[in-house]
Amino acid sequence: MALDIQKIRAQFPVLHQEVNGKPLVYFDNGATSQKPQMVIDAITHYYSKENSNIHRGVHFLSQQATDKYEAAREATRRFINADSIEEIIITRGTTEAINLVASCLSKSLFKKGDEILISTIEHHSNIVPWQMACEQTGAVLKVIPVLDSGELDMDAYRDLLNEKTKLVAVNHISNALGTINPIEEMIPLAHAKGALVLIDGAQAVPHTKVDVQVLNADFYCFSAHKMYGPTGIGILHGKKEILEKMPPYHGGGEMIKEVKFEGSTYNDLPFKFEGGTPNIAGGIGLEAAIRFMEEVGVENIAKQEAELLAYATQKLKEVGGIRFVGEAKNKAGLVSFLMEGIHPYDAGTILDKLGIAIRTGHLCAQPVMARFDITGTMRASFAVYNTKEEIDVFIAAINRVKIMFG
Amino acid sequence: MTIQEIQLEIIDEFDMFDDWMQKYDYLIELSKDLPAIKEDLKVDDNLIKGCQSKVWLHASKNGDKVSFTADSDAIITKGIVALLVRVFDDQKAQDILENELHFIDAIGLKEHLSMTRSNGLVSMIKQMKFYAIAFSS
Ligand SMILES: Cc1ncc(COP(=O)(O)O)c(C=O)c1O
Repeated sequence: MALDIQKIRAQFPVLHQEVNGKPLVYFDNGATSQKPQMVIDAITHYYSKENSNIHRGVHFLSQQATDKYEAAREATRRFINADSIEEIIITRGTTEAINLVASCLSKSLFKKGDEILISTIEHHSNIVPWQMACEQTGAVLKVIPVLDSGELDMDAYRDLLNEKTKLVAVNHISNALGTINPIEEMIPLAHAKGALVLIDGAQAVPHTKVDVQVLNADFYCFSAHKMYGPTGIGILHGKKEILEKMPPYHGGGEMIKEVKFEGSTYNDLPFKFEGGTPNIAGGIGLEAAIRFMEEVGVENIAKQEAELLAYATQKLKEVGGIRFVGEAKNKAGLVSFLMEGIHPYDAGTILDKLGIAIRTGHLCAQPVMARFDITGTMRASFAVYNTKEEIDVFIAAINRVKIMFG
Repeated sequence: MTIQEIQLEIIDEFDMFDDWMQKYDYLIELSKDLPAIKEDLKVDDNLIKGCQSKVWLHASKNGDKVSFTADSDAIITKGIVALLVRVFDDQKAQDILENELHFIDAIGLKEHLSMTRSNGLVSMIKQMKFYAIAFSS
């Protein structure tokens, strides 16, 4: 069934406005997606009618808020097909999820001389926490190289894996290049060497069906705000037996069973990793975002974005003088590119004047830029509400930039 | 001309433009007219790294005045750099420190300064003032 994109667009109030006197074309979905009315309503309703702290009050509002927040956990579990809600840790986002794992494994697993393996095409938030873990423990960071196509060098990956490798941390989809990494192949290879695997799914969950049991990674994390949900909320999925062995992260309320000055005992999963009052409205917004994605259908979203990607790539090729950065065979809905002889900052400034929002610069992935010997790119990233007509407007603007600076 | 007079002159020039396109075309012109910085001054010591575009700035003392030479890798940034150099170049250190820069706002290019760090311009203005302090003591 073909999607009725206009009907979907109608659900996103932000899209219906002018920027610099032009209809907004929002192609910065890789940074954060816009929010449908049902997500906005869920948050407004919570603060208007339901606000209360959770997991503690016996009163009506507290119980209701608790039920709703926990419904978000259950919705997430179902959405990614996790085995149990004990495996669904709610965090502030991908960054916090990765830091949680890095910090807890630094206390319990990593030793001097161990190896942590990441890739060249990681977001800074899947690099820096591991560098910090290495500093603390004496473990060594190793990096999987990337081919000119933007695909990971799988031969090098196999060679890099060894008995010292304690963890492999890679993204499912690269935010800088759009590459869909072959994690189905990578995860068992790491397991065969006894290493744990963390997958940064920040760019994947908004665009593809993720089944954590099929993937079988030890940790999988993502952010709600890139999947039509609110900011400040995200998920760490971890295998129960591994989470159980890990020490807690933040100490505080919620994460304890009993506190005595002689020593405290920690709460059961998933609460052990959730110290303090959480982002309750964010959780409720995440539940609405999952409902939105399920109503539209994740397969339909993926299909729409694939069409947009193919169309944009084709049209950009016709412009001429475009260098694509990242041309993997398996690519998700974004194009990273450069215009010959034109600085991304200049192009981005003019596109902004024409009402078009794209991302320019290093995209929080400086090592990728260094690898391709550039300082930044222009990135157009798509969501289900984008249209071919918007791409036409974008291409016309690109042509204008070319004339101005060419 | 004084710093104030130059600023007013720039505002007058930009007043002639009816739309932003002409403004940006003019910035592109200005970027081309900016005397090139000497290659041996285009070094890391003179580099102001914005998140997106880079600016090179060098200053020298010329009696009680300060001379500036600058460049950028992005053309729009370079156009604005050219305006900043035009305002501050060959002025007394004391005047550089005492005068407010209001023309950027007045000609509608404020967004290039508020995108803090992204293009290096905010740091460039700071750096120009630092040079003035250094040369006036
Ligand atoms: C691949 C990838 N990983 C991690 C992140 C960080 O996500 P957040 O800032 O929501 O924690 C992003 C966001 O840009 C991303 O694209």
